[in-house]
Amino acid sequence: MPGLSTALIALVRRDMRLVVRHPSEVIHPVMFFVIVVALFPFGVGSDPLLLRTIGPGIIWVGALLATLLSLDALFRSDFDDGTLEQMALSGHPLTVLVLGKVFVHWCATGLPLLIVTPLLGGLLGMAGEVQLTLLGALALGTPTLSLIGAVGTALTVGIRRSGLLLTLLVLPLYVPVLIFGASVVLAAGSGLPTVGHFYILGAMMILALTLAPLAAGAALRISLN
Amino acid sequence: MLRAQSITCVRGDRLLFQDLNLEVHPGEVCQIQGGNGVGKTTLLRILCGLSLPESGEVLWNEALIHEDPGKFQSDLVYIGHSNGIKLDLTPKENLTFALTLQSSIPDVSIDEALDRVGLSGSQHLLCRVLSAGQRRRVAIARLYLSRAPLWVLDEPLGAIDAAGVQGIENAIGTHLDQGGMAILTTHQPLHLQHAAIRAVQLDN
Repeated sequence: MPGLSTALIALVRRDMRLVVRHPSEVIHPVMFFVIVVALFPFGVGSDPLLLRTIGPGIIWVGALLATLLSLDALFRSDFDDGTLEQMALSGHPLTVLVLGKVFVHWCATGLPLLIVTPLLGGLLGMAGEVQLTLLGALALGTPTLSLIGAVGTALTVGIRRSGLLLTLLVLPLYVPVLIFGASVVLAAGSGLPTVGHFYILGAMMILALTLAPLAAGAALRISLN
Repeated sequence: MLRAQSITCVRGDRLLFQDLNLEVHPGEVCQIQGGNGVGKTTLLRILCGLSLPESGEVLWNEALIHEDPGKFQSDLVYIGHSNGIKLDLTPKENLTFALTLQSSIPDVSIDEALDRVGLSGSQHLLCRVLSAGQRRRVAIARLYLSRAPLWVLDEPLGAIDAAGVQGIENAIGTHLDQGGMAILTTHQPLHLQHAAIRAVQLDN
């Protein structure tokens, strides 16, 4: 009998293959992220000091919105084409399968955001070591965003045109990640210690990693009902 | 044996059916009949455990299906209203994934199952370019790949041509001869030889 790990690996491989065949799901959120961040210097002016101050916040808000835009794809197609039903009836816990789907989602949206961030950091005049801090914060924060988002998406996947509702549900939950993610970069810019912020970002990720798949699995069963 | 006891289903403010009892024994097929919108799909989803009824219970071999869902689900193949296939994968990739989700090891290979549903020439095309009937056949191929005793089929014959319908009827016949059971909805008459067909009529 194929075990749970076999099913999980097969699901990750299947979703990776779907991402490769549909690269727009990766490209669009990243393009959105780049454009949103690049708009700010046009709007607020090119004063380097101002951009350095508001830069971390801009990049984090851009990352939040880009993640939010990509969330609908997480369960929507599986829900619509009936493969989610098949997973729910497979006898494997949805909680674990959700974890596999979130992992692929992060690889397809969180990771590309990390890759283009140095470019945007340069655009906003961030110094090299501040950029490293920003990358570290995003590396810890974006998985949390995907995990929290999975709960909201699982709850709303049964509702048509749920985009705005999803935003209202998920964005308030993103606030702690935003606060610590942006303030760690500001602290690094002022030469203050950053390790405490990183601990909190890490703790939030571990909390989300433990609780979000449980909640998302249960929410999917409700959505399927 | 699958037994449903006094199932009542309410969707929104509408009562779909009330105190419905149903039993399917090995070697039997149960055909749910009724017009559009009377709740056939909902009933099948309740019997699979995907939806919860307002009241009543479903028992598989005298145990509630929600008590040990893993055991029940390993004895079940469900082909729903949606095919449960990804359009951006080939039929073969879809079936490979479906196989890793199920618990039993099949008697036939994926290529053979695709051959039986008449898709051996299209196995490397994306399902997106297949016709509605061919996509349905990909879903039907899962029946050949499973050894689960209980088949729950929601409109299995939809969009399938005459030759395909006969193939599915043969598959159901063989399954019943081997002591399997099937619950299905269809608007087409079903031609099954020496099989006991139990009809359940739903109406408004």
